[in-house]
Amino acid sequence: MTAADHLPQRAKFLTAGDTALVVEFGDRVDEHLSALVLALARRVEAAAIAGVVETVPTFRSLMVHYDPLAVSNAELQARIKPLLSKLAGTVSAGRHWRLPACYDPKLGLDLAEVAERTGLSEAEVVARHSTAPFRVYMVGFLPGFAYLGGLPAALELPRRENPRLKVEAGSIAIAMAMSVIYSIDSPGGWNVLARTPVALWDLRRAPAALVSAGDRVSFAPISLAEYEELAGKARAGELRMTPHTQDA
Amino acid sequence: MNAALCFLASGLLTTLQDLGRVGYQHQGIPVSGALDPVSLSAANLLVGNPPATAALEIAYQGPTLVVEADSVRLACVGAAAPIELLAAAEGEHPRRLEMLHSARLERGDQIRIGAFAGVLYLAAEGGFDVPAVLGSRSTLVRAGIGGLNGRPLRAGDRLPLCRSQATDADEVRLAALELAPPASFRVILGPQDDYFTPAALGLLTQTSYTVTPASDRMGMRLAGPRLEHSKGYNIVSDGIAPGTVQVPGNGLPIVLLADRQTTGGYPKIATVISADLPALGRLTPGATVRFRIVGIEEAEAARREQAALLAQLAQRIVAVPRGARIDEAQLLDANLVSGMIDALAGDPA
Repeated sequence: MTAADHLPQRAKFLTAGDTALVVEFGDRVDEHLSALVLALARRVEAAAIAGVVETVPTFRSLMVHYDPLAVSNAELQARIKPLLSKLAGTVSAGRHWRLPACYDPKLGLDLAEVAERTGLSEAEVVARHSTAPFRVYMVGFLPGFAYLGGLPAALELPRRENPRLKVEAGSIAIAMAMSVIYSIDSPGGWNVLARTPVALWDLRRAPAALVSAGDRVSFAPISLAEYEELAGKARAGELRMTPHTQDA
Repeated sequence: MNAALCFLASGLLTTLQDLGRVGYQHQGIPVSGALDPVSLSAANLLVGNPPATAALEIAYQGPTLVVEADSVRLACVGAAAPIELLAAAEGEHPRRLEMLHSARLERGDQIRIGAFAGVLYLAAEGGFDVPAVLGSRSTLVRAGIGGLNGRPLRAGDRLPLCRSQATDADEVRLAALELAPPASFRVILGPQDDYFTPAALGLLTQTSYTVTPASDRMGMRLAGPRLEHSKGYNIVSDGIAPGTVQVPGNGLPIVLLADRQTTGGYPKIATVISADLPALGRLTPGATVRFRIVGIEEAEAARREQAALLAQLAQRIVAVPRGARIDEAQLLDANLVSGMIDALAGDPA
């Protein structure tokens, strides 16, 4: 078996019908797996394989959507296999977004409950969440909706037993080992800790989604008054965020 | 004055759809597009549009529309629906609008599409003049994008037309279009068939399911035997393909359709093949669904066959002779009448 025949890092192909192929690296939420997925996404994009329509990086796999009239499942596997060779799973620093976040209980609806369930004080919950270095593992579910890995273990909780019919756009919430940011109003069952005035999804921007898989995110606590002021600017399209770029 | 179709009544769910918003799923943006792209393409063909032009997707109860243009050419394809045409008094010709036919309507003509089972597409020659959002005019109500202001059409809306009058092309009809559901819908197992018991895999293909009224453009919710998970029903979210059959904790399958979310965290037992998705999109609550497992090669062959059939649609378009004002030719074809007297022909006015 040559190196090129060998799928590194236990990657495997899964068939998702005749228009999508999954390249799966594992079944966990893990920074290393996420880095492999993003590295493969970049390689597939650069390879410009005829028939590939778009790719969707997720926590632990890359979904490749394709046109079956242009490329078959077997041909696509053969084209992707060499791209898995010596795939670098190094975690690049990417862009770093420092997003203002208001943890006031008026917006952080579940702060008190999370404090009670974790045995921490509300101030400790805010301190741990706002100092955590998060990484975007996936943008999905809704336009611009961001899944962040890197939640401190002390904050790990199941989802709420009774999901809300409406969680406001900008809500920052936690469940399991993750934090999420709701991009548009949506039903949801995550525990809401805070809200950011920054629009995660805004069609007046290109791209409309603020963050991409691989970006780093941290939260800067702000008061309710500061939130209101920034939210007003955001509605007017005048709140422009720029990410920091750093080397690893 | 700008040409438009004006909505006097909205219907149950009338949205603009084309073939979808491709290339933005990594930003979490669903593809959307027509539930039945075959009927959409055929409707466009009848009015001389490229097949992917945005048209009205009309579900279950149609709208009432008034033509506010010098003239407009329309065509309806899809589930058979009662279509009433109230012609404006000053119209030139007796006119009607029927399924699988193009028809030129005049200013003031009113169309009323009644209650029916399924979806149909109403295409307008030249298309509708709304802006594309991220490359598509498909309406995604959940995100408020596409179509007219990102929402379903409602009473009082003016939906702008690209053309202010119809071309003087001959009217045409589609000689035949097979829209009946297949005896079974073909699926490919996976990507998470290993999350189910052998009994669940057997049930999927040996029993039938019923489409429930909770179905929508995002997913078709099925009722029937519960499919048992073998190792829980929470997986780490991964990508979702068109036609994915996902099975949440209650064991009842949901087939994900045009407005499907881009990623999801329930195990996916199988995926409906792309050639069978348009027929699936035409099903209505109460319909029976059976699944049959096939391999990837059969799925790919089926898709090629469907593409060939679509390519041949243009050859099945036949002209309706100009003299045959009330589609006399077709009535004669069907041997329904032995001859017709044109009531207006002898009218000196």
